[in-house]
Amino acid sequence: MSSETNGTAERFAIGISFGNSSSSIARLNAEGKAEVIANEEGDRQIPSVLSYIDGEEYHGTQAKAQLIRNSKNTVAYFRDYLGKDFKSIDPTPCHNSAHPQQSDSTVAFSINDTTAETPNTVTVSEITTRHLRRLKQSASDFLGKQVTAAVITVPTDFKDAQREALIASANAAGLEVLQLIHEPVAAVLAYDARPEAVVTDKLVVVADLGGTRSDAAVVACRGGMYTILATAHDYELGGATLDKIVIDHFAKEFMKKHKTDPRENARGLAKLKLEGEATRKALSLGTNATLSIESLADGIDYGSTVNRTRYELLSGKVFAQFTGLIDQVVKKAGLDVLDIDEVIFAGGTSHTPKIAQLARNIFPETTKILAPSTFVGAINPSELAPRGAAIQASLIQEFEKEDIEQSIHPMVTATPHLQNAIGVEFTSGETVDFKSLLNAETALPARRLAQFPAPKEGGDVFIRVCEGVREIKVTKPEPKPKEEKPAKDDDEDDSDFDSDEDEEEEETREIVWKTEKPIAELAVKGVKAGSKVELMIHVNADLGLQITAKEVGGQSAVRGAVEAPKA
Amino acid sequence: MATVQTINVTLPSLPAGWSAEKDFKAVGTVSAPTQRNLEPVGPHFLAHARRKRHHRTFSEDERIQAQQNVKSTEDDEDDDISEEEDAMLLAREAKDWKSQDHYQVLGLTKYRWRATPEQIKRAHRKKVLRHHPDKKAALGDRDENDNFFKCIQKATELLLDPVKRRQFDSVDEAAEVEPPTKKQVAKGNFFKLWRPVFVAEGRFSKIQPVPEIGDENSTQEEVENFYNFWYDFDSWRTFEYLDEDVPDDNENRDQKRHMEKKNANARRKRKTEDTARLRHLVDDCAAGDDRIKKFRKAARADKDKKRLEKEAEIKRLAEEKEKARLAEEQAKKDAEEAAKAERENKKKAKEAAKNAAKKNKRVLKGSVKDVNYFGEGGEPSAAQVDSVLGDIDLVISKIDAEELAGLAERLTAAGKDAAAVKTVYVEEVKRLVGAGKVNEGEAKFFV
Repeated sequence: MSSETNGTAERFAIGISFGNSSSSIARLNAEGKAEVIANEEGDRQIPSVLSYIDGEEYHGTQAKAQLIRNSKNTVAYFRDYLGKDFKSIDPTPCHNSAHPQQSDSTVAFSINDTTAETPNTVTVSEITTRHLRRLKQSASDFLGKQVTAAVITVPTDFKDAQREALIASANAAGLEVLQLIHEPVAAVLAYDARPEAVVTDKLVVVADLGGTRSDAAVVACRGGMYTILATAHDYELGGATLDKIVIDHFAKEFMKKHKTDPRENARGLAKLKLEGEATRKALSLGTNATLSIESLADGIDYGSTVNRTRYELLSGKVFAQFTGLIDQVVKKAGLDVLDIDEVIFAGGTSHTPKIAQLARNIFPETTKILAPSTFVGAINPSELAPRGAAIQASLIQEFEKEDIEQSIHPMVTATPHLQNAIGVEFTSGETVDFKSLLNAETALPARRLAQFPAPKEGGDVFIRVCEGVREIKVTKPEPKPKEEKPAKDDDEDDSDFDSDEDEEEEETREIVWKTEKPIAELAVKGVKAGSKVELMIHVNADLGLQITAKEVGGQSAVRGAVEAPKA
Repeated sequence: MATVQTINVTLPSLPAGWSAEKDFKAVGTVSAPTQRNLEPVGPHFLAHARRKRHHRTFSEDERIQAQQNVKSTEDDEDDDISEEEDAMLLAREAKDWKSQDHYQVLGLTKYRWRATPEQIKRAHRKKVLRHHPDKKAALGDRDENDNFFKCIQKATELLLDPVKRRQFDSVDEAAEVEPPTKKQVAKGNFFKLWRPVFVAEGRFSKIQPVPEIGDENSTQEEVENFYNFWYDFDSWRTFEYLDEDVPDDNENRDQKRHMEKKNANARRKRKTEDTARLRHLVDDCAAGDDRIKKFRKAARADKDKKRLEKEAEIKRLAEEKEKARLAEEQAKKDAEEAAKAERENKKKAKEAAKNAAKKNKRVLKGSVKDVNYFGEGGEPSAAQVDSVLGDIDLVISKIDAEELAGLAERLTAAGKDAAAVKTVYVEEVKRLVGAGKVNEGEAKFFV
């Protein structure tokens, strides 16, 4: 009796983005818009940090501030250790917090988390449980209703063991994990769920620039369904890399005046890190930012300002690494920058204006760069993942557990994708044109409807359905004495982003469609003048086609089927 | 899914000479696909999953989804309220509203106190559509009796007012569930019989949700929680509804006050009775509850076990103590015996040493006697004998047992050779003098 009422009906789900440096929680509000929830301190990006003093637990920003005085009992950057063994983890980010240790087959931290004198060994799973429990509590307090379930975002390279460990930790925190979704897809979903968004076929690059690591993924959106074509990761590149530049800059300035290096003393370094990060973030918003630290080293108070240009000059190399990562993933997917319709910047570091501007230079004009500095309607990059998770949570909240499991089973997700685009060929005199109806990488089965205007005078109309292939056509306006560029100029972007302006008019590259293989021919007869012809192509999972063409409003339709190729 | 894209490229005209059966000609096939994993995210994926799992095509799925949507809206309209209205009910007088069952009037007997305001509103609307006097008139019913309509209005008014609804719910006899008798419970089904009783009583609780009775597998905590809740029951039940009418005229104030007082007393009395009734009911239930007996038994067994363990522990300690004492005594005895044996050994050794010394002394004395007290050819003088014997006594008195044995050995070796014997003695005396045991000149003969 009670199990029925406590089941699906009373499930209350949120979206959680659990990051290595910070986490966020989100939920759909009454208007159906995803909203990121602030915790008790008003933070929407809650640092994934836990700290303990005298048995009292601190979380989020409060815990992060403890990195200076109580670094030994402060646990940070633990997400990537979950579900891994000690041998395979990189303990670098934890240099100035509690150090990871080996404990049986997992990773643990030795911290004083109780009032007792002796430190306890707390496994990373337990830490994750505590962190998620605090997030759940914050969400429950904000929403005024006990949260019982969640959709959690994970990076694309999360292994099964890591997923299982995360689910187990979440269950221990009293959260039913409805689904784990990939961060880049959550970001795309967050953009696609905006009311003004229309379902189109597009190729999206999601650049997720985080605190300690950066990921990039190419996602194909086909009729609202998403397929990841390629991913690239850089585990050392992130906000921390940029923080280091800011820290080094200020440390050098300090040394000039006072002859001591504040980085040599652990507390000084921790203070610099904390304030340097704040300064770097401020530089994403303003053109000037100040840094002031009391008693940085040898009891000397320090205050200074830095302007954005200076910072961008110093960070040039690191910025180039970010854009290099984006470039790399596009190449890995076997695509060209011209194919990309959108670039979504996600993650906290994406606030940095220069990175988006550099990306703007790589991609053609038609590509939308969705970052705060290049696109007015951009969603806050830090909030993309939690929003996507919240949207997914609201979609599957009502489902039974079994239903969800069945839906995300490989039986359902593994689908054939079109190798080449399918469309209609237009021949008018000499020129052959091709309009794609189903783009390459469309998941099957798929169906598309299109309307074409008939010739002005009416009469019989001819439709030829073909496969098409896109090619990159490179035309040079005039031969220049300069050395020949290779057809694909991807690798140059890594090295010389600042000399890009001179070479811009070097060559024009455009996409040209070529018909590859005819599939079917249809004739619609007796079309009235000025009316339209509707064509529907339906591709089965076995590659069989049903094609229907008719005059809009007309009665009779031309139907036909193309058989599946024999394997 | 069925979005139509418009492509603004004019289709070409049919080339001359092209013809095909039914105007369609398949010329080729699609290239082999790539297998990839879809990301299981987003509304369109869910639609895809639904189609794939149920093996539906696009159009089938659209139709089924559409049907489901339609059905669900209809259900909302028509779910509950369609109960029969018997003639007795329809013939009720509106002025007897106090005695009417408001839920029955609205056709909500299935729900009663569970009915939501939303349901009440809908039920009212339905009844009004049927029983409005104008409807009756349209049907050609000449009779101007709109009593039932008034009943409906009264019931709705009352049930939509939360305070009045509570007053009515408090005395709604049709919602009461009689507690099972002992005989019924004896046949088993304890939980099945008592559960509805507590569910019904639970509607009066100010604290919601009310704990459930559970079943035979409930934990002790749950059971205790349940009974504690019911013994501390906080009820909102009131009995205003049963008040006698207070005359509303201004003529008789005393009468009015008297009635009010009487009503207040009656309410108080009923409330007390109700509390007692509930307490009695919970007592009855607890008395028949096997779980409590089980827990008590378990507690007693636990206690017994603890006691036994404690006793065993005491016994064990005593035994250990006794054992330790015995061991100590034994050790003491052993030590005593060992000491005694040692003493005896020592004594024996001493005696042996003494005997050896005596023998050696005899050797010493015998040696001089054998060489005739160093008398050279003939009897030695008495003085010489004295001095020799005196010296030997001196040596014996100064020498210890081992040296004595050594000396005796050398003397035996010397045998009856007077000179050799003398040399042995002289050496011995010298050694003793050297060791400071004998003063120079103390020995008279062996110099």
